[in-house]
Amino acid sequence: MYNFEIEKPTTIDGAVAALASDEAQALAGGQTLIPTLKARLAAPEKLISLAGITALQGISTDKSGRVCIGAGVTHTGVTNEAAAYPALAALAGQIGDVAVRNRGTIGGSVANNDPSACYPAAVLASGAVVVTNTREIAADDFFDGMFTTALDEGEIVTQLRFPVPKQAAYVKFKQPASRFALVGVFVARFADGVRVAVTGASEEGVFRWSEAEKALSGDFSAKAIAGLSASADGLIGDAHGSPDYRAHLIGVLTARAVQAAG
Amino acid sequence: MTKVSLSLNGKPVSGKVEGRTLLADFLREGQGLTGTHIGCDTSQCGACLVHVNGDLVKSCTMFALEAEGCEVTTIEGVAAGDGTLSGIQDAFREHHGLQCGFCTPGMVMSTAELLKINPKPSEADIRDHLEGNICRCTGYHNIIKAIMAASGQDVSGIAAE
Ligand SMILES: Cc1cc2nc3c(=O)[nH]c(=O)nc-3n(C[C@H](O)[C@H](O)[C@H](O)COP(=O)(O)OP(=O)(O)OC[C@H]3O[C@@H](n4cnc5c(N)ncnc54)[C@H](O)[C@@H]3O)c2cc1C
Ligand code: FES
Ligand code: FES
Repeated sequence: MYNFEIEKPTTIDGAVAALASDEAQALAGGQTLIPTLKARLAAPEKLISLAGITALQGISTDKSGRVCIGAGVTHTGVTNEAAAYPALAALAGQIGDVAVRNRGTIGGSVANNDPSACYPAAVLASGAVVVTNTREIAADDFFDGMFTTALDEGEIVTQLRFPVPKQAAYVKFKQPASRFALVGVFVARFADGVRVAVTGASEEGVFRWSEAEKALSGDFSAKAIAGLSASADGLIGDAHGSPDYRAHLIGVLTARAVQAAG
Repeated sequence: MTKVSLSLNGKPVSGKVEGRTLLADFLREGQGLTGTHIGCDTSQCGACLVHVNGDLVKSCTMFALEAEGCEVTTIEGVAAGDGTLSGIQDAFREHHGLQCGFCTPGMVMSTAELLKINPKPSEADIRDHLEGNICRCTGYHNIIKAIMAASGQDVSGIAAE
């Protein structure tokens, strides 16, 4: 690891000011960034720790019933405190292992947009809003391909706002060594239709499976998608699974998520 | 170099570290507490687990400076001052929950967190909780048995392996 300094501002404005320098990078739980630094895939001169900013903590429900989660809330925090959105709490409880969940944060996961990460599927399927220090970004406009998001240089995620579906579930087929999703599917049924988001599968990162959304919006049952198959075009092929295998898993896991949606 | 001060196994300590100094390296090299093991250094194995303000964390995936002002407990802080083993350590010894012992500090720290949240875990609860603890020797069987025993459950029917 190359060396750097660590700063620990206590306000969002302080963090934004510190991040204005080119060579500075945000540090949240470090569960992705520290392994990245060890591999010398990043070489910031300064890490700006977000851990001292109380404004990034806390989970609440707003006037329109959305569950609002501070970007600095850990996966353990979401597991234990997001009771108003059980499918989301359950997703957080399946991330990595206990120690990863005790440090890793929802903001770090969403900002990182790992193509196999769990939260992006929840954010996209729920039609959540990503709040930053300057604006609000709809989930459909936020994820921009593998490890890429709509965030500008130095912009930080401050909160995630999740509308709560009538029924929802996330089902993940674990890659047992990394514990990330080999494929994961989040299904969310709202009064005005169903959204299905798939992670772990595509070279472009998380995406919506629109054929399944259409079928499930008419009939929310595993039967409704029995005849559908996801296309293997553009899907990830690696030692753990071919594109065809992942395409098959998308169908299987979507059906299981529909069955599990409570 | 920056000064870091924290409480380590109940005693105040401080030292000079670089930004990149991992908590694991501060403990092992700065403080001479080599019970915290570095098995993988890639956040996978759990040999480096310690408690920071009561939460289980991988000390290879946290900077020493992030522990400023925190209460850190390592495996050295688990047994009593006179060397009497804790209930968890004793159960690992009694039920042969270790062979080479490399993973054991992490296993013990992880078990302590589990029993705090879930005082009578089932086998499935234990296996789920130990997801981030890798053991290359035991095949886990006797670790599970030791943890069930440490939580006061009857393990007489579970075969030794
Ligand atoms: C063994 C292991 C298993 C894991 N398993 C899973 C899994 O099953 N599913 C899963 O989804 N993830 C998994 N992860 C990843 C984990 O969830 C990380 O915690 C998460 O991806 C990153 O969050 P963090 O808070 O640790 O961010 P960091 O590592 O601190 O930061 C990640 C990136 O985001 C940036 N960043 C952080 N916070 C913000 C912010 N508020 N605004 C803007 N940018 C920000 C940083 O600059 C950095 O580029 C695993 C990690 C490990 C080590
Ligand atoms: S050494 Fe920290 S997880 Fe393996
Ligand atoms: S006892 Fe040898 S690694 Fe677990």
